[in-house]
Amino acid sequence: MSNIGSYEERLKNFSWEIAEKELGYKPGDVLNIGWYCTDRICQQGQGSKVALYWEGHAGVERTYTYNDIRLAANTIGAFLRGLGIKPEERVCLFMDRIPELYLGFLGILKVGAIAQPLFSAFGDESLLVRLSNAETSAVITQKKHAPKVRKILEKLPHLRHLIIVDHDGVAPLRNREVAFSLEKAAPVDTFEIHPTKAESPSVVHYTSGTTGMPKGVKHVHYSLISQYLTAKWALDLRDDDIYWCTADPGWVTGTSYGIIAPFALGVTQCVLDAGFSAEAWYKFIEKRRVTMWYSAPTAIRSLMKGGDELVRNFDLSSLRHLASVGEPLNSEAVVWSQKVFGKPFYDTYWQTETGCIVISNYPGMEVRPGSMGKPFPGITGVVLDPVKNEPYTAPGKIGLVALKFDWPSRMRTYWNNEEAFQKKFRGGWYMTGDRSKLDADGYFWFAGRDDDIINTAGHLVSPFEVESALLEHPAVAESAVVSKPDPINLEVVKAFVTLKPGFAPSPDLDLEIMNFIRKKLSPLAMPQEIEFVPSLPKTRSGKIMRRILHAKEWGEEIGDTSTLEND
Amino acid sequence: MAEQLRDIVLNYVTKEYLEDDSEPLTYDTPLISGGIVDSFSMVSLKRFLETKYAISIPDDEATPEAFDSVNKIVTLVERFVAKKG
Repeated sequence: MSNIGSYEERLKNFSWEIAEKELGYKPGDVLNIGWYCTDRICQQGQGSKVALYWEGHAGVERTYTYNDIRLAANTIGAFLRGLGIKPEERVCLFMDRIPELYLGFLGILKVGAIAQPLFSAFGDESLLVRLSNAETSAVITQKKHAPKVRKILEKLPHLRHLIIVDHDGVAPLRNREVAFSLEKAAPVDTFEIHPTKAESPSVVHYTSGTTGMPKGVKHVHYSLISQYLTAKWALDLRDDDIYWCTADPGWVTGTSYGIIAPFALGVTQCVLDAGFSAEAWYKFIEKRRVTMWYSAPTAIRSLMKGGDELVRNFDLSSLRHLASVGEPLNSEAVVWSQKVFGKPFYDTYWQTETGCIVISNYPGMEVRPGSMGKPFPGITGVVLDPVKNEPYTAPGKIGLVALKFDWPSRMRTYWNNEEAFQKKFRGGWYMTGDRSKLDADGYFWFAGRDDDIINTAGHLVSPFEVESALLEHPAVAESAVVSKPDPINLEVVKAFVTLKPGFAPSPDLDLEIMNFIRKKLSPLAMPQEIEFVPSLPKTRSGKIMRRILHAKEWGEEIGDTSTLEND
Repeated sequence: MAEQLRDIVLNYVTKEYLEDDSEPLTYDTPLISGGIVDSFSMVSLKRFLETKYAISIPDDEATPEAFDSVNKIVTLVERFVAKKG
């Protein structure tokens, strides 16, 4: 029997109080995610239970019990407090998936500061934009990533501390830098946790928008309530599970379901900090006896590419339940999973802004391959008529996925950008920016984005941000960035570029521009194809018409071109 | 050719993908499984090799395993250069 039991029954009697009661929380109480993920589990007598199995490059392994992560979070929290970090100051985590990333996240929350995780492959420009916007006070990083922060340090007057967790003493520390070693620091057993409340800010995750620069999605400690319950019901996490969430905590899945939910449930989870290879992943599942596996369509398609034969070389019989997130899970991947693992991947749908799963396929419920599933109990999701801004009453019509904005882990605003936050609503509905249709039984079926955002391997890339960065290259006069189809990553970035006088298209220039964006923004934002063109399609008022280029890449109808310049 | 090719690839990877050069790369340092080059960045590394050696590496040959060290990349490139004749 799954944790959720009957989906229909849960709908009838639902209240978020179910989670509050299980967590022992009453409205008005102190609510600190750092405490719930560590001290509470220890107080329940599970201090010696393994919280985290970690494996890094070259076979390095570490194991942490719940008492170990409690002590580590206290120790990091005490260090931050010693540096003068105050509640609600932003502390950025800019690291690979090393233990300090997971434990630092909890330590930051314990002192009441706001955790700001950033993907470690971000380039200096991506970092600058996000650290400036959040007015971040400290960055916790590794020696290997510190140079990217040093490069922009002078442009960050608010940044007081660059904390390096693996400083080896070979090169001296520089201005504003401080070393911290979790292994060498004296463990702090007794620690006064900051008494955050339900609405105290906890995490700020940055996400890309169609226009404008990335936006900081502000979450609060009360998010725990729905992260806990969705992990229990949609992911079916159980006390005896060995759980593997393959997401990087630089993104929201990696924090909501890679740190907060599993630890709050007292589950044992494992982390593999190594580059992707199908063989390494299967070996990890076999070795750790993983029971619940939460991954992404891009990874699943990459595993499919590795072939069925490879799967048979490993004992993967421990797997009990599989789920996926990040992009639409194509039906072929669901069918393949059933064939090789003996069970399907259950698709889950949510966003950085929602903070938790909002639409999902549930264990025990019929999986319709290719469908997003149904709204989580307590969450009202509809397909909105884009003209009338009212929910469609009949199935089969493609409209906009909209949600009633009232569950605990919804974002509270965009950091320093209330105007952008307000624009997310239409007729009282929160607009996800995705299009979908409903079938007769209430299953949602994804139909695409409602904007120009590029979803590559489950990560959102803003065309605007890439175009802005391209303009900083000395050879680029103008550019237009769109998605193009990709068999593994769903979509990848493609740039159309016009060159300044004196520059000519060449393979070397093509590579130079690719690397320029990779280092400035991130490998995800790097155009995988650059097409040099003499001019770009524009409206008569001079606005670049991305949709024409997008349609060309996807083999779609170009549509109305009446506003096209030189038509 | 192998020695020269090895050094060209090593220098390129060091220059383009290594943020912190205090731990120098060797010919056998794991690049993909070691987290130095990710799957997206592999595209630009492949493009470099194709441009530099006027070869075309099909996507199904450009696997994380084949790109996992300088030595493995050299083996791959040599195979395609030989094919070219």
